[in-house]
Amino acid sequence: MSFNPQIAAHLGLIFVIFNMLVLSAAFMVWMERKVCAYIQDRKGPNRVGFEGLLQPFADVIKLMFKEQLRPKAADALLFAIAPVVSACAAFAAFSVIPFGTDTTLFGLLDEPIPLQVTDVNVAVLVIFAIASMGVYGIVLAGWSSNSKYSLLGALRSAAQMISYELSYGLALAAVIMLAGSLSLREIVLNQSGAWWGFIPKWYVFLQPVGFFVYMVAGVAETNRAPFDFPEAEQELVAGYHTEYSSMSFALFFLAEYVNMVTVAAVATSLYLGGWLGPILPDWLAWVWFLLKVFLILFFYVWMRWTLPRYRYDQLMEFGWKWLLPIAVLNLLGTAALVLWME
Amino acid sequence: MEVFAFYAFALIAVVASVLVVGQRNPMYSVMLLITSFGALAGLYVLLDAPFTAVTQIIIYAGAIMVLFLFVVMLLNVPREEPAGLAAAIGPRSLKVGAVLSVLLGVEIVWALSRVGLAWFAQDPAATSVSSVALIGTALFTRHVFAFEATSILILVAMIGAVVVARKER
Repeated sequence: MSFNPQIAAHLGLIFVIFNMLVLSAAFMVWMERKVCAYIQDRKGPNRVGFEGLLQPFADVIKLMFKEQLRPKAADALLFAIAPVVSACAAFAAFSVIPFGTDTTLFGLLDEPIPLQVTDVNVAVLVIFAIASMGVYGIVLAGWSSNSKYSLLGALRSAAQMISYELSYGLALAAVIMLAGSLSLREIVLNQSGAWWGFIPKWYVFLQPVGFFVYMVAGVAETNRAPFDFPEAEQELVAGYHTEYSSMSFALFFLAEYVNMVTVAAVATSLYLGGWLGPILPDWLAWVWFLLKVFLILFFYVWMRWTLPRYRYDQLMEFGWKWLLPIAVLNLLGTAALVLWME
Repeated sequence: MEVFAFYAFALIAVVASVLVVGQRNPMYSVMLLITSFGALAGLYVLLDAPFTAVTQIIIYAGAIMVLFLFVVMLLNVPREEPAGLAAAIGPRSLKVGAVLSVLLGVEIVWALSRVGLAWFAQDPAATSVSSVALIGTALFTRHVFAFEATSILILVAMIGAVVVARKER
């Protein structure tokens, strides 16, 4: 087979995106600890590298040299597979997210390639499908550990993810109706332009309720505070990954942070106009994308260290009795609006 | 390339499905069934029907199998013992089962021989169903009765489940 620059560029892109995700997870861990520290009037990690920036890498090296433990009564095969399932699901979801305009790499390529691993015409549903696969990693981890804390953590997590997945899906559906497309690239492009010259045509302004539902369900999907029941320390030790150690624990940790990045990236594409933004030239558009994702992630961290954890029954009640009806009404309202506009 | 992918997915689907029945541990059966559904979704993608593939994952692999998993986990179903099968259902049931599976085999062979292999050849007039809009239009116009009837059926099942699960006061 002869050398094809197009394919080479694409493979390079996949490599870059994968490593970017790993690095963003490392950065998120650092940011989480830093923001948490400042919120609690501490300094946080500040010894390894500039302002502790290399702390996550030191942690990973430490984890690599730790002993891999497995409970005697655990199911060996599923115990080993579970963290892999979690991490794969987390990374796979990012493959359909576009983060910039087409590029020829400054004329190196004959045809422009999109800054995205793949543009499928059912992208929004793909994200939804992969999110529903992520549950299995957690459930398998909890079950195969053969420990009551793990099992309870996994059951809680699965129940929570299933409950909030409905609202999550309905919020996505409303955007799909507005855009008339399931492709994230087209949804982003539909948000270009501005009303009266200064308000960008982002769907967050058309779908404020949907955005709210999405953000809340997104926090619940990623199992973060104030919805972090799967690992409610006071009751469940560490939840589904109680029995995990060394790198298999690190994989769960990685998956959690990559999931956060994905939720933020999807929110950016669906509601905040993706890579669209003023001032910057086209080839730097991805800077806007990163900036928006960063702001959402900062918001998540901020929320985690500000709000206390709910009670479990409150979480379920909120999900089923408040969030779901709001999402359904939002969907109906959007449908009516779309029909009326036609 | 496409042929290779087809055989790979088909092999995974068939092997996983056979293994589902062969497992002692219900947890493994559930996981293998998910694998089989995943391979089926891959086949749908090869058939240029990404929407069907994704809904297959969301509904079967995602939603329904999670419920299965819940049941298996909560009931903590024990491993099935190898000698238990014949003893548990009795020799007569075993014979009935054998007769039924032979009948099914004969039926499949008969049906396939009637249709003929040519039926599976690519029809040039066949249109791809990759468009979600087309599927939606077909669902809400031509197949609207089946669609609505199914939703009522599911509603009935749901009400039934609630009635069965409800505690008497």
